[in-house]
Amino acid sequence: MARRSVTKAHKKIQELSWEPTFVEKDPKYKTDYVLNKGSQKDPMKQVMQSYFTMQEEKDHRVYGAIDGAVRGNMWRQVQPRWMEWQKLFLSIIPFPEISAARAMPLLTEAVPNPEIHNGLAFQMIDEVRHSTIQMNLKREYMKNYIDPAGFDITEKAFSNNYAGTIGRQFGEGFITGDAITACNIYLQVVAETAFTNTLFVAMPSEAAANGDYLLPTVFLSVQSDESRHMNNGYGTLLMALANDENKDLIERDLIYSLWNQHAVVDAAIGTFIEYGTKDRRKDRESYAEMWRRWYYDDYYRSYLVPLEKYGLKVPHDVIEESWDRIWNKGYVHRVAQFFATGWPVNYWRIDPMTDEDFEWFEHKYPGWYDEFGVWWEHYRSLSEPNGHKPIAFENTGYVYPHRCWSCMVPCLIREDTVMDYVDGQWRTYCHEYCHWTDTVAFRDEYKGRPTPSMGKMTGKREWETLYHGWDLADIQKDLGYVRDDGKTLVPQPHVQFDEKKMWTLDRMKGIEFQSPNVLLNQMSDEEREKHMAEYKAGFTINSSY
Amino acid sequence: MTEEKAITEGVGRGERSLPPIRLTDAEAGAAVFAGSNSRKYNYFEPKGRRASHYEDVTVDVQPDPEKYLTQGWILGWPNGDLGYDPKWTKIKSSNWHEFRDPNEEWEKTFYINNSNSIRQIQQSIEDAKSENIFEDWSRDWLNILARHVSTWSHADHGLGMYVFMPAQRAAMSNMLNNAIAVNCMHKLRTAQDILLYNLELTEIFGEDVFDGAAHKDTWMNDPSWQGVRENVERIMNEKDWAETVFAANIVFEPLVGELFRSQFVMRFAAPNGDFLTPSIIGVSEREFNDRDLRYSKEMYRVMGADEVHGEANRELMQEWLAKWTPYSVAAAKGLEPLWSEPETKPAAASFETAYERVQTRFEGILSDLELRMPQEVTA
Repeated sequence: MARRSVTKAHKKIQELSWEPTFVEKDPKYKTDYVLNKGSQKDPMKQVMQSYFTMQEEKDHRVYGAIDGAVRGNMWRQVQPRWMEWQKLFLSIIPFPEISAARAMPLLTEAVPNPEIHNGLAFQMIDEVRHSTIQMNLKREYMKNYIDPAGFDITEKAFSNNYAGTIGRQFGEGFITGDAITACNIYLQVVAETAFTNTLFVAMPSEAAANGDYLLPTVFLSVQSDESRHMNNGYGTLLMALANDENKDLIERDLIYSLWNQHAVVDAAIGTFIEYGTKDRRKDRESYAEMWRRWYYDDYYRSYLVPLEKYGLKVPHDVIEESWDRIWNKGYVHRVAQFFATGWPVNYWRIDPMTDEDFEWFEHKYPGWYDEFGVWWEHYRSLSEPNGHKPIAFENTGYVYPHRCWSCMVPCLIREDTVMDYVDGQWRTYCHEYCHWTDTVAFRDEYKGRPTPSMGKMTGKREWETLYHGWDLADIQKDLGYVRDDGKTLVPQPHVQFDEKKMWTLDRMKGIEFQSPNVLLNQMSDEEREKHMAEYKAGFTINSSY
Repeated sequence: MTEEKAITEGVGRGERSLPPIRLTDAEAGAAVFAGSNSRKYNYFEPKGRRASHYEDVTVDVQPDPEKYLTQGWILGWPNGDLGYDPKWTKIKSSNWHEFRDPNEEWEKTFYINNSNSIRQIQQSIEDAKSENIFEDWSRDWLNILARHVSTWSHADHGLGMYVFMPAQRAAMSNMLNNAIAVNCMHKLRTAQDILLYNLELTEIFGEDVFDGAAHKDTWMNDPSWQGVRENVERIMNEKDWAETVFAANIVFEPLVGELFRSQFVMRFAAPNGDFLTPSIIGVSEREFNDRDLRYSKEMYRVMGADEVHGEANRELMQEWLAKWTPYSVAAAKGLEPLWSEPETKPAAASFETAYERVQTRFEGILSDLELRMPQEVTA
């Protein structure tokens, strides 16, 4: 379809909408925002007739590349260190994608603009595409990569693993609560416009550097749809900005969304890129450098800040604090250390860092070795089963962290930890912004204004409470993270494929698992204060354990 | 063997840092160890002996507290509803994950299928234009195309955007939502197919002969169409996702959609010199018959056959029939004047005959679902 005729076609399909007269619409999905009927246009002029054929062509290319990878046996060159993290990433990501599809009717009910509704319909089916094309990618890995265990239990493991839950809020945030908060600000304005850059642009380059060109093929095809979704989000945001009553809510939702997604997405993608790679060229970008380019320069400075002229209250401090955590406070490194500590209850393998890795980290993050090097040496020496326990249960000096009630990533930057008695229990938060998210943003009113549509935090938010007092072997059996011989664990603290070097259930028996939050709530006030003061003071890794 | 050098000197590209390709031999079968041969998703029971590709990429992508989701939904609604809440429909299920789409639609297939539909329509129009078949079309038929055939696009659009799109949010498993999302796109694409066909006809005949905007007034004001519009708007305003899909695909489409598409457009066009419109409207008719009705029947069959709640579910569907059938019967009967409008009519083209045909078909669908025919249909 020629461009000129698409313009005409798009104009024509605007005739499809009408104002119902037999019923008065009673929306299922509500918002506290006030949106007036707006004249926001869809500059992409989307019509189904050009859309489907274009997407079909994109698919041909993706599936052609998959065939090429299978025939050329790409897996001869993929790095196991990288591929193992895909067991986590590719079990998380299809859910946010499908949730984005499910989120669209929240906006068709909240946004009085049929032209935007049309754009949302394309976004809905794009997101279905993304979810299943990613499930398919994972299926290819499972069939062709040396170790399929972990891929094979993928959706189950995603649902019962503590890291899956952290990722799941990324999707659940799109589909619950205030329609504009969830689907416009959290999903379109922040997740799709800001974070898909690091997710779907920065990450594929790292995949390629690790011999995997299928992930880039699939994810760059996914990313090519994102401009449509950013466009939908921009139109709706401008409608919200047109009404002064919305300004406080936009600010609230930006703080929540930007901070939460920094905490969650940077934790995951930062770890995949920094600790999942074998490519240690000194001139390749670190995650911090990628973040600076894709998030700080391209999103924050080029997209968000210019919207201030329309009255957007950009929470600059949130962005700067995110950078401070990544650059000065070692956020990603602390997350990777925590993941590696928790290897027995994951469902993928975490490769020890080598001297070459140490050199690269020190080059990119001066001072890294002093903070993390010795602990990774302990991890490496404890990686093969040799009469000792998993590293979390050996005396390395590492203190197993409290979980953040809001973002559910643990409180890893110890000095920033906040403790508070909220809704009848002692809770911990990784940062003041996460404390604010629970105690201020997700409440029935904001700055004295009722917010009856705002979502609610629910569920068993601290995974460890599910298994407090359990034997570690029983936890692993309960989770289903045991290989088909009934004893060898799916997770391993290495990527060696020699069965004799793999950890088995019998090495886990007799180790008691505990929940920091349960223990915190059992303490006297005095004990709790003392405990938290020590926790915030941090820990020292023993030179030997 | 000599070491190969990168080709950089001749073109002056200079030093470049490229990620090295290192052979790792990390391919399937390179080593044998526990779990090294576990090469299928093992967290669900396939419907057949082996999981289909469709099942692999759709089953359990949306988690469920009933199945593995140990921490439960972590964000919810102010009234306490969960991310996906069973309260959002009166239907009850002892296993929301049982349903499989008999069409096995997933990403790759729905792009191929919809693109083929688009190509079929575009090709039909191009062929017609190259042969200039439009000279044979009667003026009164053109008027019917402008006022009535184009008007159906609103019904498709309303159902697609405001019935199937919300239903794909609310349904209780990814397999249900997935099938409904595909249905949503069929409707929205068909609505646009019809209006873009309208645009073609406006350009071919000129606005003085073919009033491309007449459908808007017809939809809002023509008495023949008010029953259809009321029916669509009422489904749009319902919140129970299983009820809305039922009202749309089990009641409205067989009684009203097929009456209009199969019994009117596809039969009356040819005697008026128009062989083109049936091939366009036939695409959506085929999609409903072959795909959307097919998955819907399976979905409600599973609900009606639930070992715990089946009987109560069938009674509930019977109540839905009692609620929605009168609107669809009124919508269908409201269209009766259309049968008198064309000057040239096919043999056996009375409205009564047409209605009898859809009535019989409706009866067959209900019988497959073990539901009783409401008396409004035969009255």
